[in-house]
Amino acid sequence: MRLICPKCGERDLKEFYYQGDALALHRPDPSAEPKLWDDYLHNRDNPTGVREDLWYHEAGCSTWIVVRRDTTTHEILSTEIAAIRKTSEEGAV
Amino acid sequence: MKFSGFELFKQGLTGNKGWGPHWRTQKPRHAYDIIIIGGGGHGLATAYYLAKNHGLRNIAVLEKGYLGGGNIGRNTTIVRSNYMLPGNSEFYSHSLKLWEGMEQDLNFNTMVSQRGQIVLFHSDGQRDDAVRRANAMINRGDDAEILSTAELRKHVPYLDFDNSRFPIYGGIMQRRAGTARHDAVAWGYARGADKRGVELIQNCEVTGIDIENGRVVGVQTTQGAIKAKKVAMVAAGRSSQVAAMAGMRLPIESHILQAFVSEGLKPLIHHVISFGMGHFYISQSDKGGLVFGGNLDYYASFAARGNLAMKEHVMEAAMALMPIIGQAKVLRSWGGIMDMSPDGSPIIDKTHIEGLYLNCGWCYGGFKAVPASGFGFAHLIATDSPHPTAAGFRLDRFRSGYGLMDEEGTGSQHNLH
Repeated sequence: MRLICPKCGERDLKEFYYQGDALALHRPDPSAEPKLWDDYLHNRDNPTGVREDLWYHEAGCSTWIVVRRDTTTHEILSTEIAAIRKTSEEGAV
Repeated sequence: MKFSGFELFKQGLTGNKGWGPHWRTQKPRHAYDIIIIGGGGHGLATAYYLAKNHGLRNIAVLEKGYLGGGNIGRNTTIVRSNYMLPGNSEFYSHSLKLWEGMEQDLNFNTMVSQRGQIVLFHSDGQRDDAVRRANAMINRGDDAEILSTAELRKHVPYLDFDNSRFPIYGGIMQRRAGTARHDAVAWGYARGADKRGVELIQNCEVTGIDIENGRVVGVQTTQGAIKAKKVAMVAAGRSSQVAAMAGMRLPIESHILQAFVSEGLKPLIHHVISFGMGHFYISQSDKGGLVFGGNLDYYASFAARGNLAMKEHVMEAAMALMPIIGQAKVLRSWGGIMDMSPDGSPIIDKTHIEGLYLNCGWCYGGFKAVPASGFGFAHLIATDSPHPTAAGFRLDRFRSGYGLMDEEGTGSQHNLH
């Protein structure tokens, strides 16, 4: 599996740090009820197939990246810069 | 049939024609008292102890593939009890005792080999940590010894003791630790459960869990609907998918753990050895292959195969620790699907649905836990109260923050274990 950094292109997996499910982009409000925080911190969909997760190009350009990939085949479907994704999502709200 | 020296002798003289199948081939009946979803090590052990310890017979184990075809058949076979935290430590201590009596109990040769495990340390700080852990093990009643480099050189002279980057300062030896024949563990428990009347149903995938008024009433399967008073989920890497059928979202993310086997060599490595400066551990199987592994690949996956980055790390660690194996050829490598929990410790608990029980989150340590997991889970299912040795494995510890068992001390977060 090689990841495609939106800035650096296709790079070795070793250069990246895996943060986990891309729901990390949707941090609940500090005053949100405990159930929401539990879901955010611990509970996961853990799908077989397509999912999105968050990676950090640690040994490269230091960009946080949303990777859309297939967990059963390791196919990388798309990648995008997390900051741009977050801005566009928040802009849509 | 009971295995014995006499039986072996008799069969040997009569052309080995008297050996039969060790369990029956079953089609599911329409109802059971207890259904266990998952015919791996933990599921089969649970069935065995439900029958043996609690006298329950009307039980079915539903397996979507073949018995023992998952992680029980693809691990690195290490058995040990070097845990430190309350909750974990009494559980693994109990498990090691069950391993020691397993072959007599099951009347099956699971090839439990107490060859000793050596966990190395490479600095003064690591030595302090090792002494603390060894004391915790001794206080609990298990064995542990701190070996100096002089003593280690007698046991494992081939290690690179004076490595300039990672010199070896000593190690913890647990002599009662070792290895076992992984497949035989599944087969032994399957045979023992079958003999006590448990029905083992293969090629039977659960496709739905039926719940009425907050109570489980049965399951839907590829071989039809089956009613049950109690349903136990023991699906390892697929736990999230099974629990989703009951509307549950688990604190589990499935990751890959790779393992490697070399070509067969003459006896060389007589212990289980763990490197302390990089994730690498190794033993030698009775066939002669070096069996070794390292850390997770560290990303969610159901592919059952890993990537080159972790392979490279494992090989580098191997060469740093024991350059002697540099010329051994790797025969094959594979990946298992690990049900990772946030704190790296397992879950054995009831769910919010009455009659539905959960056993998962074994992370990269499920094999050595098989006997005590089955023992404790059977107790929970039969009596609706946790066994004292497995009482800490609560599902709600992540939500409440109470009783987290972060053995590595890295934090209770999905990408840290």
